[in-house]
Amino acid sequence: MAGDRRRCGGGCSLWSLVLLLALAALLGCSAEGTGEPSRVTGETPAGPNSKSSRYQIVTVDWQHVEDPYTIASWVLVAGLAKIVFHLSEKVTTVVPESALLIVLGLILGGIVWAADHTASFTLTPTVFFFYLLPPIVLDAGYFMPNRHFFGNLGTILMYAVIGTIWNAATTGLSLYGVSKTKIMGNLDAGLLEFLLFGSLIAAVDPVAVLAVFEEVHVNEMLFIIVFGESLLNDAVTVVLYNVFKSFVEVGPENVEGLDYFKGIVSFFVVSLGGTAVGIIFAFILSLITRFTKHVRVIEPGFVFIISYLSYLTAEMLSLSAILAITFCGICCQKYVKANLCEQSITTVRYAMKMLASGAETIIFMFLGISAVNTEIWTWNTAFILLTLVFISFYRVIGVVLQTWILNHYRVVQLEIIDQVVMSYGGLRGAVAFALVVLLDPKMPVKKLFVSTTIIVVYFTVIIQGLTIKPLVNWLKVKRSQHKEPLLNEKLHGRAFDHILSAIEDISGQIGHNYLRDKWTNFDRKYLSKIMMRKSAQISRDKILSVFRELNLKDAISYVSEGERKGSLAFIRSSSDVNVDFTGPRHSVVDSSVSAVLRESTSEVCLDMQAIENRTKSPKDREEIVTHHMLQQHLYKPRKRYRLNYSRHKLVRSDGEKQDKEIFQRTMKKRLEHFKPTKLGNNYTTKFRNMKKERAAKKKHSDAVPNGKLSTHSVAFQVKDSEAEDPSDGGISFLITPASNESDEIRAGIENPSFSVEEDQSDFQMIPPWMSNEETVIPSQRARLQIPGSPTNFRRLTPLQLSSRSIDSFLLADIPDEHPLSFLPESSM
Amino acid sequence: MGSAPSLPAWEIRNLAHTTGFTSEQIEILHRRFLHLTDGKATMSKDCFDNIPDLESNPIKSRIVNAFFDQRNLGLQSYGTVDEITFENFLTTLSFFQHMDENHTKEDLEYYKTEKLQFLFRMYDTNGDGKITLEELREIIDDLLSKTSNTEKTSSSIADAAMMEAANTCGGQMEPDQQYDGITFNDFLQIMQDIKIESKMHVRFLNMDTSAICK
Repeated sequence: MAGDRRRCGGGCSLWSLVLLLALAALLGCSAEGTGEPSRVTGETPAGPNSKSSRYQIVTVDWQHVEDPYTIASWVLVAGLAKIVFHLSEKVTTVVPESALLIVLGLILGGIVWAADHTASFTLTPTVFFFYLLPPIVLDAGYFMPNRHFFGNLGTILMYAVIGTIWNAATTGLSLYGVSKTKIMGNLDAGLLEFLLFGSLIAAVDPVAVLAVFEEVHVNEMLFIIVFGESLLNDAVTVVLYNVFKSFVEVGPENVEGLDYFKGIVSFFVVSLGGTAVGIIFAFILSLITRFTKHVRVIEPGFVFIISYLSYLTAEMLSLSAILAITFCGICCQKYVKANLCEQSITTVRYAMKMLASGAETIIFMFLGISAVNTEIWTWNTAFILLTLVFISFYRVIGVVLQTWILNHYRVVQLEIIDQVVMSYGGLRGAVAFALVVLLDPKMPVKKLFVSTTIIVVYFTVIIQGLTIKPLVNWLKVKRSQHKEPLLNEKLHGRAFDHILSAIEDISGQIGHNYLRDKWTNFDRKYLSKIMMRKSAQISRDKILSVFRELNLKDAISYVSEGERKGSLAFIRSSSDVNVDFTGPRHSVVDSSVSAVLRESTSEVCLDMQAIENRTKSPKDREEIVTHHMLQQHLYKPRKRYRLNYSRHKLVRSDGEKQDKEIFQRTMKKRLEHFKPTKLGNNYTTKFRNMKKERAAKKKHSDAVPNGKLSTHSVAFQVKDSEAEDPSDGGISFLITPASNESDEIRAGIENPSFSVEEDQSDFQMIPPWMSNEETVIPSQRARLQIPGSPTNFRRLTPLQLSSRSIDSFLLADIPDEHPLSFLPESSM
Repeated sequence: MGSAPSLPAWEIRNLAHTTGFTSEQIEILHRRFLHLTDGKATMSKDCFDNIPDLESNPIKSRIVNAFFDQRNLGLQSYGTVDEITFENFLTTLSFFQHMDENHTKEDLEYYKTEKLQFLFRMYDTNGDGKITLEELREIIDDLLSKTSNTEKTSSSIADAAMMEAANTCGGQMEPDQQYDGITFNDFLQIMQDIKIESKMHVRFLNMDTSAICK
């Protein structure tokens, strides 16, 4: 089989030969490995001569699979290219990926050209607009940091609408003016043609901007302004392009005054219509995801399909499709994220990033390939140079002028530095290319326009893309910091919102805060009720979710820290009292799970490569080991016990259960840490009291068998499962804990004289000289700090220890005489 | 409302000087003030009930109290007054003014601290200079949408937030010291990452929009 493919590949062009060779080698290996070669290689040679009309076991039909095969191969090549680029870290930090891909495209195009002198693979507008652009824009919308976006909406709209019109008009007019002087030779083009060209070259391209800016990491405000502009200017571009295109087609002498008026009207129809389509589809999408409780598997599909439909619908109605899908993403994100289960959200996130990143890769590669085609080139140095000069120059002028106006109204002023970056970030890209290719081939200057557009795109993406990073460094533009969300910040942020809107209410002003407040109220009263699940409505509060995430993260990194060090390392390090576990967030271990978690809240993460970047971290290997350990050691006992008691019916999935468990545990830990250390001398006595208390508590349950006791502890799960939607995250557990649990927690924190019996921080905070001989010896102290110690399992201990855990780790580290274990009480 | 006397020019000038508002803004705010008080010269807490939009605000009572808090009105003592004058009203609102660039660095720093002081007092309801756990819990209770039994949730969030605060600020805690509340210095430390000057800001227009606002 492999051999046949190779034979066929020989007939095809060079690239496929190379590719197929690699594939064939692979297939050959696997075929031999499985012991099937006899069937494949033994019978095929005899096949062609005698059994041509009969059934053939193996046939080769290249034509049959040609198209999808070609596409898949190209995608593969693009993907492999990315891998190759990232082999060298130096290259990718200096040169933006988009530039590398264009160069690669040029090389590949050259190879294809050398092989068979045709340029069969070009970036066609259909492919671009229908398949490559939507994922990128959807990704942008879905991960749009709404607050930043709407906070700067005025600015963005100004740049997008006025700025684009300004660019188009000035570039077109200037080129027309210069063409009158015949510097550029005799061009067969009138004013309308130049305006048409100006309109398509004026728009800043979302794909290019995203690709370059995500590697630069400027601050959020600057990013959102440039990026928002590139998204929202689509409506202007579409209208200008269509208007001038139709004008050119009917000829300048037939254009009536009414047509201009129609053009203006169509701008509003196209932009507002596109937005409306997006919002409607977002509504539908949100509504649907509310009812997908029982079809979790296809849940993520809805997000993609409906967003895509919004794009197609807008396209069908000749509205702005980019606006439609952008706003679909923006509007649905809140409700979708609330309705979908956690796994689906992750799936959506990764799939979206993958599609967008893939589409972007293909776009840039094909921008390179498409240029290798003699049919499209006509060189006109003057025209090309002038175009470059004009678009850069007018971009700067436009930005400066608009910023000057805007700064009268903005709270946060746009500084000179910001303006430089904004002007410099005006990248042109594939949208312009696709639009110029769509021009009427009968147009005499089309070739010139196409070649100029290609040069402009290359110039902005490669030259500006290469230099923007040094520029940003040199200007010391404020960068975005990836910060951990802090609970306090969220709380105070929320308080701000309320205070500000109240002040606006009181002083009778209508401002941002007023509007936002009204919107939030409307959203809470009506929209959320319609589009969110009941359980999601409760837990969707931002403060709650941050709280929950912090807890989870703490727990994971805390546990992995302990596990990574292993018990021995632990003992050694904990003789140093300063080892700080109180703030696991500040510890070196940033487990990748927590990174994923963080990403889910970081609203400003538009970064397609964010996920990749994270995995670059050198700690990663460690983390994998950590997680392996974590699974090995920590969760087994729970699983076992679940099977024993047939509780798995109520249990949804391991991940969630474990999350919950960790959550619960950390909450406990947090509470306990919070208690300052006042133990010192009376530690042991206090502890004994505790022990008694505990023994008393358990007395009644001593009479019943172990199983009964366990129901006690898992009560919260049962309760939780009976809630309306069982698969909504662990926060609902927090709200409805079993009463005995919560009482303990509350007691622990409310009573100031209450001594938390197993607080690890106690040990850290008692310096060695303070602790008397009654406190535990260092090694035991070390054990106490191990996350597997009963400290964290207080609730679970009876179960785990009595179910005879095979987990050596736990057993080894919990000595029988361990003062904190209440194994004796429960097993008596 | 229409019959209310407008402020004499010298008073406006005085107020403009002390609060930093422009005279147009003061006039607008004065009209608003009279509208809320029904033409009286002083304002009591009931006046705030006339604002329908405020009803849905979860921390309404705190905000209203802030207007009557003596500490915000330049008096150092702790406690609340029953009625405030227009000047008091303006003083409180002036916490929310935008600070433009033409102030000196020290001035900006001063205003920033002032703003934070205002916030801090809003949290520190008993005026002991510390946000205790209990106070934190109360505010979180207020902030959380009261959908279900949030009491436990808010208390555990308060615990967590307090711990976070202790972690941020209590690096040099003594062995048996108890972290019993966020002091103002700690508060400054917690808030240092938040750009308070651009966040705690209301744009006071020179235009009268109160008619639309009800």
